[in-house]
Amino acid sequence: MQATERRTETEDTASAPRDDALALEVASLSHAFGDRAALSDVSFSLRRGERMVLLGLNGAGKTTLFSLITRLYDHRGGAIRIFGREIKEQPSEALARIGVVFQQSTLDLDLTVAQNLFYHASLHGIARSVAAERMKHEIERVGLSDRLRDKVRELSGGQRRRVEIARALLHRPQLLLLDEATVGLDIASRQFLIDHVRRLCAEENLAVLWATHLIDEVETTGKVIVLHRGKVLAQGAVPDVIRTAGAPSMRAAFDALTREPKG
Amino acid sequence: MKAIHYYRCLAGIVRREGLRFLHQRGRFISALVRPLVWLLIFAAGFRFVLGVSIIPPYETYVPYEVYIAPGLIGMILLFQGMQSSLSMVYDREMGSMRTLMVSPLPRWFLLVAKLLAGVVVSVLQAYVFLAIAYFWEIEPPPLGYLTVLPALILAGMMLGALGLLLSSAIRQLENFAGVMNFVIFPMFFASSALYPLWHVQEASLPLYYVCEANPFTHAVELIRFALYEQFDLQSALVVLGWLVVFMGLAIYGYDPARGLIARRAAAE
Repeated sequence: MQATERRTETEDTASAPRDDALALEVASLSHAFGDRAALSDVSFSLRRGERMVLLGLNGAGKTTLFSLITRLYDHRGGAIRIFGREIKEQPSEALARIGVVFQQSTLDLDLTVAQNLFYHASLHGIARSVAAERMKHEIERVGLSDRLRDKVRELSGGQRRRVEIARALLHRPQLLLLDEATVGLDIASRQFLIDHVRRLCAEENLAVLWATHLIDEVETTGKVIVLHRGKVLAQGAVPDVIRTAGAPSMRAAFDALTREPKG
Repeated sequence: MKAIHYYRCLAGIVRREGLRFLHQRGRFISALVRPLVWLLIFAAGFRFVLGVSIIPPYETYVPYEVYIAPGLIGMILLFQGMQSSLSMVYDREMGSMRTLMVSPLPRWFLLVAKLLAGVVVSVLQAYVFLAIAYFWEIEPPPLGYLTVLPALILAGMMLGALGLLLSSAIRQLENFAGVMNFVIFPMFFASSALYPLWHVQEASLPLYYVCEANPFTHAVELIRFALYEQFDLQSALVVLGWLVVFMGLAIYGYDPARGLIARRAAAE
């Protein structure tokens, strides 16, 4: 599929995405839960076709950041813009352009794969006939065409993740968010997922924000943001981050950046 | 977003609720068995203990089973409302609630759609109950089966909205047992579902006022009158008023900026 074909079903109600706009722009974002700061002055941006890894240990604030970008709840300070649309001010236009794979599986185990996908399509106002066509395409790409009528409960963890990827792409988003999508998967499933997302970036000009705590998911030619205790410690092209940290590898750079001062 | 997108979303949420209900046969059976046990055992036992004088909408003395039938329909709606609440809390704990919340449609609409989906299921259960109850001499006038429909929808929405409100406030699935003790049982027993309120008034005036203030009493009376082709304006207005209050608070509870959902995230 060509990048130019990637349009949301509901796009006729909102103006077409501005190509010059950043896919995702997070500016001076801060958020606190009571007195506890969860994110402090977080800023970064992502262009179409870019894959950026959000690297951080458990509790770094990755899931909070995803919750704010997807407006599960509102941020308190700063701005989040998706293709130029502030999430708090134009949530419908912004959310229509985002596909999400959450850390915790969000499939309904009692429903079949097809029923789960149809449900997701309906939440985006997509007609069943259109959804059926897209479903066939997306599920074929993740190699699960023969499992459409099976209940999700009967699928393995890796297969469920593939279904979630297919589901996230059903409404033709232009920005894909994946929160620890490979956690709990075997090597083959994990590699499939990484390759599939890389293809989506390259072939469909999809912007991808990939949150992980696994350093080996950072590609040496890609971009990375290091998030630690709610703060961005470094960001940019991986070689630049390594060089700036004065380390020989990304792993060493990450260790150096997140090391707590003694005493 | 156009009207057609809203319609498709509503249809999808209703379809999912229906599928979940069909897949959970135990839930369907228990939803029916509960009121039937009350009708066939409790009502039979109390038939000669509790006298029911001629009170509107009845034009003559009625057997106790006939009197409690609207209350048992109310019970179906009440339990379904709480079941929806339980499934919302379950969905939130399991993560599938996020699928709903990241939809581009407004959150208030998603909640209303969820409410209507629950009402469709509960109205179907109520009619299945009425069909079975027919064989136990619960025989309202034929037109009553039609005139009761708006009452079932309105009462179902009010009780479903209460369920939504509770789901926004309940932090964990384990806390749901408290709902049984502090919401369902008091609402059901402190109402006109099992005994006419004049009986209660004779026994205890404060309890009578509690029953009068109980929204469930008005839901039951609305159904009772509608089943006999009559319209109880006062009950309809009270039920409508509570529906607006419960739904307004539920929408507030799920509001990403102000609601309990955001505050709960703070606590986690």
